[in-house]
Amino acid sequence: MAMPVAAMSRLAWRNLWRNYRRTVIMLLAIALGVWAMIFMTALMRGMVDDMVQQGIVALPGHVQVHAEAYRDDPSITHSLPAPGKAMLEVLESRQVIAWSSRIKVPAMISSEYENRGISLLGIDPEGELALGFDPDDIVAGQFLTDAGDGGVVIGRKLAERLETRLGKRVVVMSQDPGNTIADRGFRIVGIFKAELENREETIVYAGRDVVQAMLRVGNDVSEIAVLGHDYRTPEKLAADLGDAAAGFEVLSWLELDPYLSTMMKVMDGFVLVWMVVIFLALSFGLVNTLMMAIFERVREIGLMRALGMRPSAIVYEILVESLMLLALGLLLGNVLAVSTIIPLKSGIDVSVVAEGMEMMGASSMLYPVLQWPDVLLANAVVIVLGILTSLLPAWRASQYRPVEALARN
Amino acid sequence: MSAIVCTDLCKFYQQGDAVIKGLDHVSLEIEEGSFICISGPSGSGKTTLLNAIGGLDSLDSGQIAINGERVDLLGKAELADLRLHSIGFVFQAYNLIPVLSARENVEFVMQVQGVRAAERKLQSMKILQEVGLEGMEDRRPAQLSGGQQQRVAVARAIVSQPKLVLADEPTANLDSQSMEKLMAHFRELNEAHKVTFLIATHDQRVMAWADRRIYMEDGRVTRDELQ
Repeated sequence: MAMPVAAMSRLAWRNLWRNYRRTVIMLLAIALGVWAMIFMTALMRGMVDDMVQQGIVALPGHVQVHAEAYRDDPSITHSLPAPGKAMLEVLESRQVIAWSSRIKVPAMISSEYENRGISLLGIDPEGELALGFDPDDIVAGQFLTDAGDGGVVIGRKLAERLETRLGKRVVVMSQDPGNTIADRGFRIVGIFKAELENREETIVYAGRDVVQAMLRVGNDVSEIAVLGHDYRTPEKLAADLGDAAAGFEVLSWLELDPYLSTMMKVMDGFVLVWMVVIFLALSFGLVNTLMMAIFERVREIGLMRALGMRPSAIVYEILVESLMLLALGLLLGNVLAVSTIIPLKSGIDVSVVAEGMEMMGASSMLYPVLQWPDVLLANAVVIVLGILTSLLPAWRASQYRPVEALARN
Repeated sequence: MSAIVCTDLCKFYQQGDAVIKGLDHVSLEIEEGSFICISGPSGSGKTTLLNAIGGLDSLDSGQIAINGERVDLLGKAELADLRLHSIGFVFQAYNLIPVLSARENVEFVMQVQGVRAAERKLQSMKILQEVGLEGMEDRRPAQLSGGQQQRVAVARAIVSQPKLVLADEPTANLDSQSMEKLMAHFRELNEAHKVTFLIATHDQRVMAWADRRIYMEDGRVTRDELQ
């Protein structure tokens, strides 16, 4: 016999509202749980995304090419020549948004009062901007004009440490490939700010041609940084560059920053665990509600069995009732989550815990990231686990013997 | 042909140290189209017998066959199908579904049977009119009196014209006039469609409508007489 779907669905809907207050309380509980699943996930996604983006800006790029030993000893000794024809073909292909070759060496910077260890970046400003340097981060002066610019741009924090300011001269000192001291005086032409204080304190930008001349390395560079289209999938770009740059080390940011890549990888699993934990708390309420609803109408269940409903139809009715409750709760929860996340798209100021955020590599503004797969996952978790949780009460209801159920008060 | 054959039915209940005899070796043959009343004091086994024949309760021993089909051997799903398509129940307590209106309660069995909506509506309105509930179709059970609820339960039991109607005190909450009308309706169905009626009752006025009367006491059939 076919399942009496319409009859049981109507009955389920009516039964859902016979104890109005209990249903509303359960709906609110489900909605709140779903809201927590989606909202907290959006916050966590936002934080991890920010950490990854900050990390990629700091690297910079999704893929980098270095001399084989550069990562163990990032001195100018381990440099690589300007890209050849094969590599240029990949760099100019559609999978690359921007690229830039840069010098990156450890150096010492001195003002008239203080000196500090830094990373000296010899850059082509045009390429650096394309890789993600935000010109709005220049808080005083200007960014370098071209690779031959004779000035330096230092971080706000470093300027404080060196007790220097815009327009002052500093001396930058490093070693050339012959391990001879190479130094040069630079005028500070710009001061930048960064989300991470560490960047403000340790990064110094200078024109690439000027630094190459100072270090006496001709056209050699320390690294080629390449920006692809999606930071989540840099593997193909890295593989193509690896084929074109034989003899050099080509690594994606996933390998260059294993901490961040691990964070990103465990995020999906963490989100699922988070959602399941919230659901487990919810499930007690759901089972309790269904059990109460069933105990209240044992006699009716006996009647339906007596009138010719199969046990499977009773299971169906209870499951549909549960499904309706879950679906309404999900609808409310989704609306609540989306309507609280969208107004916060411009960011949540968490500067009161800025130091802790910085320790994790995240900025003091938290931008919730609403991903539809996360919303779908939350809905799927609630529906699938909700139905599974409802199976026990539904099965129990179907097992009542009609004559005993009818005798209940 | 016998519609129902009960052979040596036994059903005992343990109550503390005492054993209550619900059915004590009851054997009956009921012809198709019979109109039978079962009478006896409370606890005599009338309801137990109806429940056993309808497959609502299991037996300790014995056999029941309805139209040649062994009820005591059927599984839960097959029993449900048998009740759905062949048996109409009227219970002692009216047992309506409180979230459905009178008409929806009457239509419920037909809906489960798969009868089309238009046909269901036609049949249910007709039967509700016949039991005197015209204009009350959309009322929920809580908005009906006890007698009215019982009439809805009766309408539900007979609306799809089952082969067998098992009625347990169907007139308990009805006034004399309503009782007479209901019994007349039962009789009409019985005669026109050969529906077999098995009615448990205390009411001598109901007994008067029967063409066979069975008396029970302590789970046994003490008298079985034709009118």
